[in-house]
Amino acid sequence: DQVLHIVPETFQQVQHLQLLCSTFVLDLWKPLLPEDIRAGEDLHIRVPASLVQEVKDSLDQHMIFHRVLIPDVQKLVDQSMPRERSSHRQVSGGYVYTEYHPMEEIYQWMTQIQKNNSELVTQHFLGKTFENRTMYYLQISQPSNKTKKIIWMDCGIHAREWISPAFCQWFVKEILQNYKTDPKISRFLQNLDLYVLPVLNIDGYIYSWEEDRLWRKSRSPYENGTCYGTDLNRNFNSSWGSVGVSFNCSSDVFCGSGPESEPETRAVAQFIKSKKSDILCYLTIHSYGQLILTPYGSTTKPPSNNEELMQVAKEAAAALTGKYGTSYRVGSTALILYSNSGSSRDWAHTIGIPLSYTFELRDTGTHGFVLPANQIQPTCEETM
Amino acid sequence: DIDGVGHKYYLELELEDVLDKDRTVNCSAEVLYHLGSKTSAPDVQVTVQGELRSTEEADKEFYNWIRSLEKELVAENIPDSHGNIPPELEPIHLLAWVASGYVIWQNSTENTKFHLAQVKHVKQVKRSDEDLQFDFLVLLHEMVSQELLPWEVTLLWHPQHGARVSQS
Repeated sequence: DQVLHIVPETFQQVQHLQLLCSTFVLDLWKPLLPEDIRAGEDLHIRVPASLVQEVKDSLDQHMIFHRVLIPDVQKLVDQSMPRERSSHRQVSGGYVYTEYHPMEEIYQWMTQIQKNNSELVTQHFLGKTFENRTMYYLQISQPSNKTKKIIWMDCGIHAREWISPAFCQWFVKEILQNYKTDPKISRFLQNLDLYVLPVLNIDGYIYSWEEDRLWRKSRSPYENGTCYGTDLNRNFNSSWGSVGVSFNCSSDVFCGSGPESEPETRAVAQFIKSKKSDILCYLTIHSYGQLILTPYGSTTKPPSNNEELMQVAKEAAAALTGKYGTSYRVGSTALILYSNSGSSRDWAHTIGIPLSYTFELRDTGTHGFVLPANQIQPTCEETM
Repeated sequence: DIDGVGHKYYLELELEDVLDKDRTVNCSAEVLYHLGSKTSAPDVQVTVQGELRSTEEADKEFYNWIRSLEKELVAENIPDSHGNIPPELEPIHLLAWVASGYVIWQNSTENTKFHLAQVKHVKQVKRSDEDLQFDFLVLLHEMVSQELLPWEVTLLWHPQHGARVSQS
Protein backbone atom coordinates (compact mmCIF):
# COMPACT_ATOMS: atom_id res chain seq x y z
CA ASP A 1 0.00 0.00 0.00
CA GLN A 2 1.24 3.48 -0.76
CA VAL A 3 0.29 6.93 0.41
CA LEU A 4 0.24 9.54 -2.37
CA HIS A 5 0.62 13.29 -2.00
CA ILE A 6 -1.41 15.26 -4.52
CA VAL A 7 -2.14 18.95 -4.95
CA PRO A 8 -5.05 19.35 -7.38
CA GLU A 9 -4.76 22.49 -9.43
CA THR A 10 -8.19 22.91 -10.99
CA PHE A 11 -11.78 22.25 -10.04
CA GLN A 12 -11.91 19.58 -12.73
CA GLN A 13 -9.03 17.76 -11.06
CA VAL A 14 -10.78 18.01 -7.70
CA GLN A 15 -13.86 16.42 -9.20
CA HIS A 16 -11.86 13.64 -10.76
CA LEU A 17 -10.15 12.92 -7.47
CA GLN A 18 -13.48 12.81 -5.67
CA LEU A 19 -14.68 10.33 -8.27
CA LEU A 20 -11.58 8.19 -7.81
CA CYS A 21 -12.06 8.14 -4.06
CA SER A 22 -15.61 6.92 -4.26
CA THR A 23 -15.12 4.50 -7.15
CA PHE A 24 -12.18 2.75 -5.57
CA VAL A 25 -13.15 3.40 -1.95
CA LEU A 26 -9.75 4.92 -1.24
CA ASP A 27 -8.60 5.77 2.26
CA LEU A 28 -8.36 9.54 2.60
CA TRP A 29 -5.79 10.62 5.17
CA LYS A 30 -6.02 14.32 4.43
CA PRO A 31 -8.58 15.76 4.27
CA LEU A 32 -10.91 13.28 5.90
CA LEU A 33 -13.83 13.61 3.52
CA PRO A 34 -13.91 13.77 -0.30
CA GLU A 35 -16.15 16.83 -0.18
CA ASP A 36 -13.34 18.71 1.59
CA ILE A 37 -10.90 18.27 -1.28
CA ARG A 38 -9.92 21.71 -2.58
CA ALA A 39 -7.82 22.99 -5.42
CA GLY A 40 -4.45 24.19 -4.21
CA GLU A 41 -4.60 22.17 -0.98
CA ASP A 42 -2.64 19.05 0.05
CA LEU A 43 -4.24 15.69 -0.46
CA HIS A 44 -2.91 12.49 1.10
CA ILE A 45 -4.56 9.23 0.02
CA ARG A 46 -3.69 5.66 0.93
CA VAL A 47 -4.02 3.39 -2.08
CA PRO A 48 -4.16 -0.41 -1.63
CA ALA A 49 -1.26 -2.19 -3.31
CA SER A 50 -3.46 -3.85 -5.93
CA LEU A 51 -4.79 -0.51 -7.14
CA VAL A 52 -1.61 1.57 -7.05
CA GLN A 53 -0.80 1.26 -10.74
CA GLU A 54 -4.36 1.85 -11.89
CA VAL A 55 -4.76 4.93 -9.73
CA LYS A 56 -1.43 6.36 -10.83
CA ASP A 57 -2.34 5.77 -14.48
CA SER A 58 -5.64 7.55 -14.00
CA LEU A 59 -3.90 10.51 -12.37
CA ASP A 60 -1.41 10.68 -15.21
CA GLN A 61 -4.20 10.59 -17.74
CA HIS A 62 -5.74 13.63 -16.13
CA MET A 63 -2.37 15.36 -15.77
CA ILE A 64 -2.73 15.33 -12.00
CA PHE A 65 0.77 15.57 -10.52
CA HIS A 66 1.45 13.20 -7.61
CA ARG A 67 4.33 12.14 -5.34
CA VAL A 68 4.74 9.03 -3.22
CA LEU A 69 4.68 10.07 0.42
CA ILE A 70 4.93 6.58 1.94
CA PRO A 71 6.19 3.84 -0.37
CA ASP A 72 5.22 0.92 1.90
CA VAL A 73 2.63 1.39 4.61
CA GLN A 74 2.89 -2.13 6.05
CA LYS A 75 6.61 -1.76 6.67
CA LEU A 76 5.99 1.38 8.70
CA VAL A 77 3.24 -0.30 10.67
CA ASP A 78 5.41 -3.32 11.49
CA GLN A 79 8.26 -1.09 12.48
CA SER A 80 6.17 0.93 14.87
CA MET A 81 4.87 -2.08 16.77
CA PRO A 82 6.48 -2.16 20.24
CA ARG A 83 6.63 -5.98 20.20
CA GLU A 84 6.92 -8.26 17.23
CA ARG A 85 3.89 -10.43 16.67
CA SER A 86 5.57 -12.87 14.34
CA SER A 87 5.73 -16.56 15.08
CA HIS A 88 9.51 -16.29 15.26
CA ARG A 89 9.26 -14.92 18.77
CA GLN A 90 11.04 -17.09 21.28
CA VAL A 91 9.03 -17.03 24.46
CA SER A 92 9.61 -19.46 27.26
CA GLY A 93 7.47 -19.23 30.33
CA GLY A 94 6.52 -15.69 29.39
CA TYR A 95 10.08 -14.36 28.97
CA VAL A 96 10.94 -13.04 25.55
CA TYR A 97 14.46 -14.15 24.68
CA THR A 98 14.47 -12.32 21.35
CA GLU A 99 14.45 -8.91 22.97
CA TYR A 100 16.93 -6.96 25.01
CA HIS A 101 16.03 -6.69 28.70
CA PRO A 102 16.89 -4.06 31.29
CA MET A 103 18.67 -5.16 34.48
CA GLU A 104 15.51 -5.22 36.62
CA GLU A 105 14.00 -7.80 34.32
CA ILE A 106 17.20 -9.85 34.26
CA TYR A 107 17.19 -10.00 38.08
CA GLN A 108 13.57 -11.19 37.98
CA TRP A 109 14.44 -13.69 35.28
CA MET A 110 17.19 -15.23 37.41
CA THR A 111 14.79 -15.70 40.31
CA GLN A 112 12.21 -17.28 38.01
CA ILE A 113 14.72 -19.56 36.36
CA GLN A 114 15.82 -20.92 39.69
CA LYS A 115 12.23 -21.34 40.84
CA ASN A 116 11.16 -23.18 37.70
CA ASN A 117 14.22 -25.41 37.52
CA SER A 118 15.13 -25.90 41.15
CA GLU A 119 16.36 -29.44 40.58
CA LEU A 120 19.14 -28.12 38.42
CA VAL A 121 19.65 -24.41 39.02
CA THR A 122 20.82 -22.46 42.03
CA GLN A 123 21.38 -18.73 42.20
CA HIS A 124 24.46 -17.60 44.10
CA PHE A 125 25.84 -14.36 45.46
CA LEU A 126 29.09 -13.36 43.81
CA GLY A 127 29.73 -9.86 45.11
CA LYS A 128 28.66 -6.25 44.85
CA THR A 129 29.22 -3.63 42.20
CA PHE A 130 30.57 -0.17 42.88
CA GLU A 131 27.06 1.24 43.09
CA ASN A 132 26.28 -1.53 45.55
CA ARG A 133 24.22 -3.75 43.30
CA THR A 134 24.32 -7.49 43.86
CA MET A 135 26.08 -9.70 41.36
CA TYR A 136 24.56 -13.16 41.01
CA TYR A 137 25.66 -16.16 39.03
CA LEU A 138 23.58 -19.21 38.14
CA GLN A 139 24.91 -22.68 38.80
CA ILE A 140 23.50 -25.39 36.55
CA SER A 141 24.41 -28.67 38.10
CA GLN A 142 22.94 -32.13 37.83
CA PRO A 143 22.93 -33.85 41.21
CA SER A 144 25.44 -36.69 41.27
CA ASN A 145 27.91 -38.30 43.63
CA LYS A 146 30.97 -37.38 41.62
CA THR A 147 32.66 -33.99 41.69
CA LYS A 148 32.37 -32.38 38.32
CA LYS A 149 34.60 -30.05 36.40
CA ILE A 150 33.32 -26.52 35.81
CA ILE A 151 32.76 -24.36 32.79
CA TRP A 152 32.46 -20.67 33.68
CA MET A 153 30.88 -18.13 31.37
CA ASP A 154 30.43 -14.42 32.00
CA CYS A 155 28.60 -11.88 29.87
CA GLY A 156 28.28 -8.12 29.88
CA ILE A 157 31.71 -7.05 31.10
CA HIS A 158 31.33 -4.13 28.68
CA ALA A 159 28.07 -2.27 29.09
CA ARG A 160 27.26 -1.47 25.44
CA GLU A 161 27.65 -5.04 24.19
CA TRP A 162 23.98 -5.88 24.72
CA ILE A 163 24.04 -9.04 22.61
CA SER A 164 26.34 -10.57 25.25
CA PRO A 165 23.91 -10.71 28.25
CA ALA A 166 21.21 -11.66 25.74
CA PHE A 167 23.32 -14.65 24.81
CA CYS A 168 23.87 -15.72 28.43
CA GLN A 169 20.13 -15.71 29.03
CA TRP A 170 19.51 -17.61 25.81
CA PHE A 171 22.18 -20.14 26.70
CA VAL A 172 20.61 -20.88 30.08
CA LYS A 173 17.19 -21.25 28.50
CA GLU A 174 18.48 -23.64 25.83
CA ILE A 175 20.24 -25.85 28.33
CA LEU A 176 17.25 -26.01 30.66
CA GLN A 177 14.74 -26.56 27.87
CA ASN A 178 16.65 -29.38 26.24
CA TYR A 179 18.75 -31.22 28.80
CA LYS A 180 16.26 -34.05 29.10
CA THR A 181 15.80 -34.57 25.40
CA ASP A 182 19.09 -33.57 23.80
CA PRO A 183 21.68 -36.34 24.28
CA LYS A 184 24.62 -33.94 23.83
CA ILE A 185 23.39 -31.61 26.54
CA SER A 186 22.48 -34.38 28.95
CA ARG A 187 25.91 -35.97 28.55
CA PHE A 188 27.44 -32.54 29.12
CA LEU A 189 25.60 -32.12 32.39
CA GLN A 190 26.52 -35.58 33.59
CA ASN A 191 30.15 -34.59 33.56
CA LEU A 192 30.23 -30.83 33.90
CA ASP A 193 28.75 -28.02 35.94
CA LEU A 194 27.92 -24.73 34.24
CA TYR A 195 28.37 -21.43 36.02
CA VAL A 196 26.84 -18.45 34.23
CA LEU A 197 27.17 -14.78 35.18
CA PRO A 198 24.59 -13.04 32.95
CA VAL A 199 25.79 -9.47 33.60
CA LEU A 200 29.18 -8.73 35.10
CA ASN A 201 29.19 -4.95 34.74
CA ILE A 202 25.73 -4.28 36.12
CA ASP A 203 26.25 -0.57 36.86
CA GLY A 204 27.53 0.04 33.34
CA TYR A 205 24.73 -1.97 31.76
CA ILE A 206 22.07 0.04 33.58
CA TYR A 207 23.86 3.25 32.57
CA SER A 208 23.73 2.16 28.93
CA TRP A 209 19.98 1.73 29.20
CA GLU A 210 19.30 4.97 31.02
CA GLU A 211 21.92 7.47 29.96
CA ASP A 212 24.36 6.50 27.24
CA ARG A 213 23.78 3.52 24.99
CA LEU A 214 27.42 3.38 23.97
CA TRP A 215 28.95 3.36 27.48
CA ARG A 216 31.60 0.66 27.98
CA LYS A 217 33.15 0.85 31.42
CA SER A 218 32.03 0.51 35.02
CA ARG A 219 30.74 3.50 36.97
CA SER A 220 33.29 4.05 39.68
CA PRO A 221 34.29 7.69 40.06
CA TYR A 222 37.83 9.01 39.77
CA GLU A 223 39.47 12.41 39.98
CA ASN A 224 37.09 13.73 42.60
CA GLY A 225 33.97 12.55 40.77
CA THR A 226 34.80 14.40 37.57
CA CYS A 227 35.43 11.23 35.62
CA TYR A 228 33.79 7.80 35.69
CA GLY A 229 34.47 4.18 34.94
CA THR A 230 37.18 1.57 34.63
CA ASP A 231 37.43 -0.79 31.67
CA LEU A 232 36.90 -3.98 33.66
CA ASN A 233 38.58 -5.99 30.94
CA ARG A 234 41.82 -4.11 31.53
CA ASN A 235 41.58 -4.35 35.30
CA PHE A 236 42.57 -7.99 35.91
CA ASN A 237 45.94 -9.00 37.26
CA SER A 238 47.56 -10.17 34.03
CA SER A 239 50.43 -7.91 32.99
CA TRP A 240 48.23 -5.13 34.32
CA GLY A 241 48.86 -1.69 32.93
CA SER A 242 51.50 -2.74 30.43
CA VAL A 243 49.96 -2.34 26.97
CA GLY A 244 46.75 -1.30 25.23
CA VAL A 245 45.53 0.68 28.22
CA SER A 246 45.29 4.23 29.42
CA PHE A 247 46.02 5.62 32.86
CA ASN A 248 43.67 8.45 32.16
CA CYS A 249 40.19 8.00 33.56
CA SER A 250 38.53 9.69 30.58
CA SER A 251 39.74 6.94 28.26
CA ASP A 252 37.53 4.02 27.34
CA VAL A 253 40.40 1.67 28.13
CA PHE A 254 41.25 3.14 31.52
CA CYS A 255 42.67 0.22 33.50
CA GLY A 256 41.81 1.47 36.98
CA SER A 257 44.10 2.55 39.80
CA GLY A 258 45.71 -0.88 40.12
CA PRO A 259 45.07 -4.54 39.28
CA GLU A 260 41.69 -5.62 40.69
CA SER A 261 41.00 -2.07 41.89
CA GLU A 262 37.32 -2.52 41.02
CA PRO A 263 34.84 -4.45 43.18
CA GLU A 264 33.38 -6.22 40.15
CA THR A 265 36.81 -7.50 39.14
CA ARG A 266 37.57 -8.65 42.68
CA ALA A 267 34.24 -10.46 42.97
CA VAL A 268 34.92 -12.50 39.84
CA ALA A 269 38.63 -13.05 40.53
CA GLN A 270 38.11 -14.19 44.11
CA PHE A 271 35.51 -16.73 43.10
CA ILE A 272 37.42 -18.14 40.16
CA LYS A 273 40.58 -18.39 42.24
CA SER A 274 38.71 -20.36 44.86
CA LYS A 275 37.49 -22.87 42.30
CA LYS A 276 40.39 -22.84 39.89
CA SER A 277 41.46 -26.44 40.29
CA ASP A 278 38.04 -27.54 39.08
CA ILE A 279 37.52 -25.02 36.27
CA LEU A 280 38.20 -26.56 32.89
CA CYS A 281 37.14 -23.68 30.70
CA TYR A 282 36.75 -19.93 31.13
CA LEU A 283 34.54 -18.15 28.60
CA THR A 284 33.91 -14.43 28.45
CA ILE A 285 31.38 -13.08 25.95
CA HIS A 286 31.75 -9.73 24.14
CA SER A 287 30.79 -8.03 20.90
CA TYR A 288 31.47 -7.16 18.20
CA GLY A 289 33.86 -8.71 15.72
CA GLN A 290 32.97 -12.33 15.15
CA LEU A 291 36.13 -13.66 16.72
CA ILE A 292 37.19 -16.42 19.05
CA LEU A 293 40.22 -15.03 20.86
CA THR A 294 42.86 -17.04 22.67
CA PRO A 295 45.48 -15.79 25.13
CA TYR A 296 47.39 -13.53 25.17
CA GLY A 297 46.71 -9.89 24.52
CA SER A 298 49.80 -8.55 26.20
CA THR A 299 52.35 -10.55 24.22
CA THR A 300 52.55 -12.48 20.99
CA LYS A 301 54.40 -15.27 22.73
CA PRO A 302 51.97 -18.21 22.55
CA PRO A 303 50.67 -19.93 25.70
CA SER A 304 52.00 -23.39 26.57
CA ASN A 305 48.93 -25.23 25.33
CA ASN A 306 48.45 -23.11 22.24
CA GLU A 307 47.90 -26.06 19.91
CA GLU A 308 45.06 -27.40 22.00
CA LEU A 309 43.54 -23.95 22.45
CA MET A 310 43.59 -23.32 18.71
CA GLN A 311 42.24 -26.71 17.77
CA VAL A 312 39.24 -26.46 20.07
CA ALA A 313 38.56 -22.89 18.93
CA LYS A 314 38.77 -23.83 15.26
CA GLU A 315 36.28 -26.64 15.75
CA ALA A 316 33.96 -24.25 17.55
CA ALA A 317 34.22 -21.69 14.76
CA ALA A 318 33.51 -24.34 12.14
CA ALA A 319 30.43 -25.53 14.01
CA LEU A 320 29.25 -21.95 14.32
CA THR A 321 29.69 -21.27 10.63
CA GLY A 322 27.80 -24.47 9.87
CA LYS A 323 24.61 -22.96 11.25
CA TYR A 324 24.08 -19.78 9.24
CA GLY A 325 27.33 -19.29 7.40
CA THR A 326 28.54 -16.61 9.77
CA SER A 327 32.30 -16.57 9.65
CA TYR A 328 34.41 -16.23 12.77
CA ARG A 329 38.16 -15.74 12.89
CA VAL A 330 40.25 -17.56 15.48
CA GLY A 331 43.53 -16.55 17.06
CA SER A 332 45.36 -14.78 19.83
CA THR A 333 44.22 -11.29 20.66
CA ALA A 334 47.66 -9.79 20.18
CA LEU A 335 47.89 -11.22 16.68
CA ILE A 336 44.45 -10.68 15.23
CA LEU A 337 42.96 -7.80 17.16
CA TYR A 338 45.14 -5.49 19.22
CA SER A 339 47.42 -5.56 22.21
CA ASN A 340 45.87 -5.31 25.62
CA SER A 341 46.75 -6.22 29.17
CA GLY A 342 44.66 -6.92 32.22
CA SER A 343 42.02 -8.95 30.40
CA SER A 344 39.99 -11.53 32.30
CA ARG A 345 40.73 -14.19 29.72
CA ASP A 346 44.51 -13.78 30.02
CA TRP A 347 44.28 -13.76 33.80
CA ALA A 348 42.21 -16.96 33.87
CA HIS A 349 44.83 -18.70 31.79
CA THR A 350 47.77 -17.51 33.84
CA ILE A 351 46.26 -18.87 37.04
CA GLY A 352 46.01 -22.26 35.45
CA ILE A 353 42.70 -22.59 33.63
CA PRO A 354 43.68 -24.44 30.48
CA LEU A 355 40.95 -23.39 28.06
CA SER A 356 40.29 -19.67 28.19
CA TYR A 357 38.48 -17.81 25.41
CA THR A 358 36.94 -14.47 24.56
CA PHE A 359 34.04 -14.67 22.16
CA GLU A 360 33.30 -11.54 20.14
CA LEU A 361 29.78 -12.07 18.80
CA ARG A 362 28.06 -10.49 15.75
CA ASP A 363 28.59 -8.40 13.80
CA THR A 364 31.64 -7.01 12.03
CA GLY A 365 30.75 -3.35 12.12
CA THR A 366 27.58 -2.84 10.13
CA HIS A 367 25.58 -2.41 13.32
CA GLY A 368 28.42 -2.82 15.79
CA PHE A 369 27.22 -2.51 19.35
CA VAL A 370 23.69 -1.60 18.35
CA LEU A 371 22.79 -5.01 16.96
CA PRO A 372 19.07 -5.17 16.12
CA ALA A 373 17.02 -7.43 18.36
CA ASN A 374 15.99 -9.50 15.35
CA GLN A 375 19.54 -10.82 15.23
CA ILE A 376 19.45 -12.12 18.81
CA GLN A 377 17.98 -15.46 17.77
CA PRO A 378 20.34 -16.34 14.89
CA THR A 379 23.36 -15.07 16.82
CA CYS A 380 22.50 -17.17 19.85
CA GLU A 381 21.54 -20.23 17.84
CA GLU A 382 24.79 -20.31 15.94
CA THR A 383 26.82 -19.65 19.08
CA MET A 384 25.13 -22.52 20.91
CA ASP B 1 57.31 -0.82 1.87
CA ILE B 2 58.28 2.15 -0.22
CA ASP B 3 61.40 3.73 1.20
CA GLY B 4 61.01 7.33 2.14
CA VAL B 5 57.36 7.38 1.07
CA GLY B 6 55.29 4.97 3.13
CA HIS B 7 53.48 1.64 3.01
CA LYS B 8 51.41 0.57 0.04
CA TYR B 9 48.71 -2.10 0.18
CA TYR B 10 47.20 -3.90 -2.78
CA LEU B 11 43.69 -5.18 -2.15
CA GLU B 12 41.24 -7.45 -3.95
CA LEU B 13 37.79 -6.83 -2.59
CA GLU B 14 34.34 -8.22 -3.09
CA LEU B 15 31.60 -5.65 -2.68
CA GLU B 16 28.20 -6.82 -1.50
CA ASP B 17 25.15 -4.71 -2.27
CA VAL B 18 23.55 -3.93 1.10
CA LEU B 19 20.13 -3.65 -0.51
CA ASP B 20 20.46 -6.75 -2.71
CA LYS B 21 22.47 -9.36 -0.85
CA ASP B 22 22.91 -11.77 -3.76
CA ARG B 23 24.66 -9.19 -5.82
CA THR B 24 28.44 -8.90 -5.57
CA VAL B 25 30.94 -6.92 -7.56
CA ASN B 26 34.70 -7.35 -7.53
CA CYS B 27 36.99 -4.42 -7.14
CA SER B 28 40.67 -3.80 -6.61
CA ALA B 29 42.29 -1.01 -4.64
CA GLU B 30 45.67 0.50 -3.84
CA VAL B 31 46.11 2.25 -0.53
CA LEU B 32 49.21 4.27 0.30
CA TYR B 33 49.78 5.29 3.90
CA HIS B 34 52.24 8.15 4.01
CA LEU B 35 55.30 7.90 6.22
CA GLY B 36 55.26 9.95 9.34
CA SER B 37 52.73 12.63 8.58
CA LYS B 38 49.78 11.96 10.79
CA THR B 39 47.71 14.69 9.28
CA SER B 40 47.54 13.41 5.76
CA ALA B 41 44.88 10.98 4.60
CA PRO B 42 46.02 7.82 2.81
CA ASP B 43 45.97 7.88 -0.99
CA VAL B 44 43.34 5.55 -2.38
CA GLN B 45 42.81 4.31 -5.93
CA VAL B 46 39.86 2.04 -6.64
CA THR B 47 38.83 0.15 -9.77
CA VAL B 48 35.42 -1.47 -9.93
CA GLN B 49 35.31 -4.54 -12.15
CA GLY B 50 31.77 -4.76 -13.36
CA GLU B 51 28.68 -2.67 -12.96
CA LEU B 52 26.93 -1.27 -9.96
CA ARG B 53 23.17 -1.72 -9.96
CA SER B 54 21.10 1.26 -11.08
CA THR B 55 19.28 2.91 -8.20
CA GLU B 56 17.55 5.58 -10.29
CA GLU B 57 13.99 4.71 -9.23
CA ALA B 58 14.72 4.61 -5.51
CA ASP B 59 16.90 7.72 -5.72
CA LYS B 60 14.13 9.65 -7.43
CA GLU B 61 11.53 8.51 -4.92
CA PHE B 62 13.68 9.49 -1.96
CA TYR B 63 14.62 12.82 -3.55
CA ASN B 64 10.99 13.66 -4.27
CA TRP B 65 9.92 12.64 -0.79
CA ILE B 66 12.44 14.91 0.91
CA ARG B 67 11.62 17.79 -1.42
CA SER B 68 7.92 17.37 -0.67
CA LEU B 69 8.33 17.66 3.12
CA GLU B 70 6.85 20.81 4.54
CA LYS B 71 9.36 21.03 7.39
CA GLU B 72 13.05 20.14 7.18
CA LEU B 73 13.72 16.56 8.25
CA VAL B 74 15.22 16.15 11.72
CA ALA B 75 16.00 12.81 13.36
CA GLU B 76 18.00 11.35 16.24
CA ASN B 77 19.59 8.07 17.23
CA ILE B 78 19.70 6.05 14.06
CA PRO B 79 19.57 3.19 14.87
CA ASP B 80 17.87 3.39 18.25
CA SER B 81 19.15 1.55 21.33
CA HIS B 82 17.59 -1.69 20.15
CA GLY B 83 19.09 -1.49 16.69
CA ASN B 84 15.92 -0.41 14.91
CA ILE B 85 15.69 2.06 12.03
CA PRO B 86 12.31 3.29 10.76
CA PRO B 87 12.16 2.24 7.08
CA GLU B 88 11.69 5.76 5.71
CA LEU B 89 14.94 6.76 7.44
CA GLU B 90 16.98 3.93 5.88
CA PRO B 91 18.20 6.19 3.05
CA ILE B 92 19.29 8.78 5.64
CA HIS B 93 21.23 6.07 7.44
CA LEU B 94 22.91 5.07 4.17
CA LEU B 95 23.85 8.67 3.44
CA ALA B 96 25.29 8.95 6.96
CA TRP B 97 27.35 5.88 6.18
CA VAL B 98 28.73 7.55 3.08
CA ALA B 99 29.52 10.73 4.99
CA SER B 100 31.23 8.67 7.72
CA GLY B 101 33.23 6.87 5.06
CA TYR B 102 34.74 10.17 4.04
CA VAL B 103 35.61 11.13 7.62
CA ILE B 104 37.07 7.67 8.27
CA TRP B 105 39.20 7.89 5.15
CA GLN B 106 40.51 11.29 6.15
CA ASN B 107 41.44 10.07 9.61
CA SER B 108 42.71 6.54 9.03
CA THR B 109 46.21 5.32 9.71
CA GLU B 110 47.63 1.81 9.69
CA ASN B 111 46.72 1.59 13.37
CA THR B 112 43.08 2.57 13.33
CA LYS B 113 39.91 0.63 12.62
CA PHE B 114 36.79 2.75 12.42
CA HIS B 115 33.11 1.90 12.14
CA LEU B 116 30.01 4.08 12.21
CA ALA B 117 28.42 3.27 15.60
CA GLN B 118 25.35 5.47 15.47
CA VAL B 119 23.94 8.60 13.88
CA LYS B 120 23.34 10.82 16.88
CA HIS B 121 21.56 13.59 15.03
CA VAL B 122 20.66 14.60 11.49
CA LYS B 123 19.17 17.83 10.28
CA GLN B 124 18.17 18.65 6.75
CA VAL B 125 19.05 22.14 5.55
CA LYS B 126 16.94 23.53 2.72
CA ARG B 127 18.94 24.90 -0.19
CA SER B 128 18.19 27.22 -3.05
CA ASP B 129 19.88 24.90 -5.55
CA GLU B 130 18.86 21.34 -6.47
CA ASP B 131 21.00 19.51 -3.91
CA LEU B 132 19.75 18.01 -0.68
CA GLN B 133 21.84 18.96 2.33
CA PHE B 134 22.08 16.94 5.56
CA ASP B 135 24.05 18.03 8.61
CA PHE B 136 25.05 14.91 10.54
CA LEU B 137 26.46 14.30 13.98
CA VAL B 138 27.87 10.77 13.80
CA LEU B 139 29.55 8.60 16.42
CA LEU B 140 32.54 6.70 15.09
CA HIS B 141 33.85 3.71 17.05
CA GLU B 142 37.60 3.22 16.93
CA MET B 143 38.48 -0.41 17.66
CA VAL B 144 42.01 -0.09 19.07
CA SER B 145 41.32 2.70 21.55
CA GLN B 146 37.67 1.63 21.92
CA GLU B 147 36.76 5.30 21.84
CA LEU B 148 33.54 6.73 20.49
CA LEU B 149 34.39 9.87 18.55
CA PRO B 150 31.66 12.36 17.70
CA TRP B 151 32.00 14.03 14.33
CA GLU B 152 30.02 16.72 12.56
CA VAL B 153 29.82 16.26 8.82
CA THR B 154 27.70 17.91 6.14
CA LEU B 155 26.69 15.92 3.10
CA LEU B 156 25.24 17.16 -0.18
CA TRP B 157 23.34 14.72 -2.36
CA HIS B 158 21.54 14.73 -5.68
CA PRO B 159 20.23 11.74 -7.70
CA GLN B 160 22.38 12.58 -10.71
CA HIS B 161 25.32 14.29 -9.05
CA GLY B 162 25.82 11.81 -6.23
CA ALA B 163 27.14 12.54 -2.74
CA ARG B 164 29.73 15.11 -1.72
CA VAL B 165 31.00 16.07 1.72
CA SER B 166 30.93 19.81 2.03
CA GLN B 167 32.59 20.08 5.44
CA SER B 168 33.58 17.94 8.38
